[in-house]
Amino acid sequence: MTETPTATTLSESGAHGGAQHRYGNLRAEQWRIISASFAALIARDLRVLMHMPSTFLLRTVLNPLMFVFVFTYLYPHIGAARFGQIAGQSLATVALPGLVASAIFFQGLTAVALPLSMEFGATREIEDRVMAPVPYALAAAAKVCFSALQSLLAAAIVFPLVYLIPATPIHIQIASWSTLVLAAVMGSLLAGFLGLLLGTVVEIRKISIVFAVAVVPLTFLGCVYYPWASLHAVRWVQIVVLANPLVYLSEALRAALTPTLPHMATWASLPTLTVLTVAIAWAATKTFTRRVLA
Amino acid sequence: MPAPGSGELQLSIEGLVKRYPGSEQNAVDGVSLGVHAGEIFGLLGPNGAGKTSTISVAATRARPTAGRVTLAGVDVVAHGSLARRRLGVVTQVNTLDRSLSVGENLYFHCRFFGLSRREAKQRSSDLLEHFDLAHRRHDRVDRLSGGLAQRAQLARALAHRPSVLFLDEPTAWLDPQSRLALWELIRNLRERERLAVVLTTHSMDEADRLCDRVAIMDHGRILVCDTPEALKRSVATAATVELRLKAPPSPRLFQQLEALHGVEGVLAEENRVKVLTSARDGLVPQLIAKVGSGLLDLSVSETTLENVFISLTGRKLRD
Ligand SMILES: Nc1ncnc2c1ncn2[C@@H]1O[C@H](COP(=O)(O)OP(=O)(O)O)[C@@H](O)[C@H]1O
Ligand SMILES: [Mg+2]
Repeated sequence: MTETPTATTLSESGAHGGAQHRYGNLRAEQWRIISASFAALIARDLRVLMHMPSTFLLRTVLNPLMFVFVFTYLYPHIGAARFGQIAGQSLATVALPGLVASAIFFQGLTAVALPLSMEFGATREIEDRVMAPVPYALAAAAKVCFSALQSLLAAAIVFPLVYLIPATPIHIQIASWSTLVLAAVMGSLLAGFLGLLLGTVVEIRKISIVFAVAVVPLTFLGCVYYPWASLHAVRWVQIVVLANPLVYLSEALRAALTPTLPHMATWASLPTLTVLTVAIAWAATKTFTRRVLA
Repeated sequence: MPAPGSGELQLSIEGLVKRYPGSEQNAVDGVSLGVHAGEIFGLLGPNGAGKTSTISVAATRARPTAGRVTLAGVDVVAHGSLARRRLGVVTQVNTLDRSLSVGENLYFHCRFFGLSRREAKQRSSDLLEHFDLAHRRHDRVDRLSGGLAQRAQLARALAHRPSVLFLDEPTAWLDPQSRLALWELIRNLRERERLAVVLTTHSMDEADRLCDRVAIMDHGRILVCDTPEALKRSVATAATVELRLKAPPSPRLFQQLEALHGVEGVLAEENRVKVLTSARDGLVPQLIAKVGSGLLDLSVSETTLENVFISLTGRKLRD
């Protein structure tokens, strides 16, 4: 290990000549360590993931695979080809952006919330990572960054799956790359921070029940299998689902991938997604810090 | 034993107060102490005395309510990240990363502290060797016995070469043999690395035999702080008298013994009776007189830190 200037030089430096220079070195050294530490925190999560890649794959693929297989492959074959059609488009086309959105969303949520609540539990395994020589918020940010990468990877896996399996024609055109990228990245971060919030607030005993109870309504009322605009027919539902962050992600992806289908205007979905991400990031960082610093 | 204060001051705590949110009283209530390089400093006290809270603040894991802590010259509140580079912690419960192997625990710890991949590999290999863990490097940490896990935690705490090492009840869960082995490792660290070691314990024996200086804590305050020898000298008349009787003592005899002047507590286990005393002069003849012909044997132990604690607080440490 390269010998770093001791802290004593920091407190003494003001009094001596040439101290400015040494203080500068110390600052540079501190920055080097912060970035190295941040990278190492991500590397640790990557290593853990590589120990059991199958869990990542299963939780990413299973849900969309079963859905597409039953509703867009089996259904047409058993004579229900029109099931779920909207504006003359097959269910496969309607649901593709939604399935990608929910893959992003739940990947991020699970990748952060489940391990975190465990590591905050009886074993306090989080301890060594919060003792890393970086501000506590950065340890949390590293966790979210890595989960966001997993979310994007999940999207990249689910997309071809949902595109290739259906027995009915599927119509995708990328109307706007920038909307696609922005929505995917923002949605990944939002999911990660929401996972951080849940993981720091919900006790380990309750986390699985929270997930069991939350996932189904969030998905079914997340405009995954139908566009938000089509809910116009049942006005109160259309308003209630606006509380679900997944709606904005599904709709932003819909705007980017299936522009001919009805979708929420991007001037509404993208800014809302951003505001939600910032708000949840702020709250989650606060609860994380409160949880680690007694 | 190196004289305390022979090394550079590494940890300084001044007027530390810690009150947890929603609590009525201070968990730490005005603690001041200094620990030097090459010194093993013990915080001895019963559960709830505030030992863990004290080192949590010093290790940047809790915010002080009042007071100041500097670690290797760094204010731990103002420069938490910097302070963390200078300190290592072995927590009361095993906090090894269960998702990683023993070797990976050390490797990633090194990387968190800015070591390159190559340096981290080298350093963790060296530590595995030094702490006799090399044959377990690929094992999952939940397969380790208590003694091995504690050694792995110690290796991890030292991986980034801190100048102050905090050990929170390091041997509380260990069998006697592992405990002695860990003591030996800690003594070596003091001598070879000139570390300042701060350990908490509720074991009198550990404080006495391992620590250069001991602060006895109760209700968030330090009652006394000195070398174990000096502490014991200060209560030279205190001791434990052990009586072996023909039969278990009657409740009446029990009460009579407790009522004697200088007796702080009486403990009975079948026909053995332990009498904890604060002022021993002239007490033994009185005890013999009270017990009478039921007495088989009597022994007076040396003064222990437990006697010091009792004479300071009027109660036993292990309550
Ligand atoms: N995180 C916490 N929140 C609230 N109270 C706490 C917390 N940690 C410790 N305490 C309280 O502070 C007091 C001192 O505890 P602690 O420092 O753990 O003592 P020790 O380590 O000597 O057993 C106890 O009364 C304990 O209940
Ligand atoms: Mg404790």
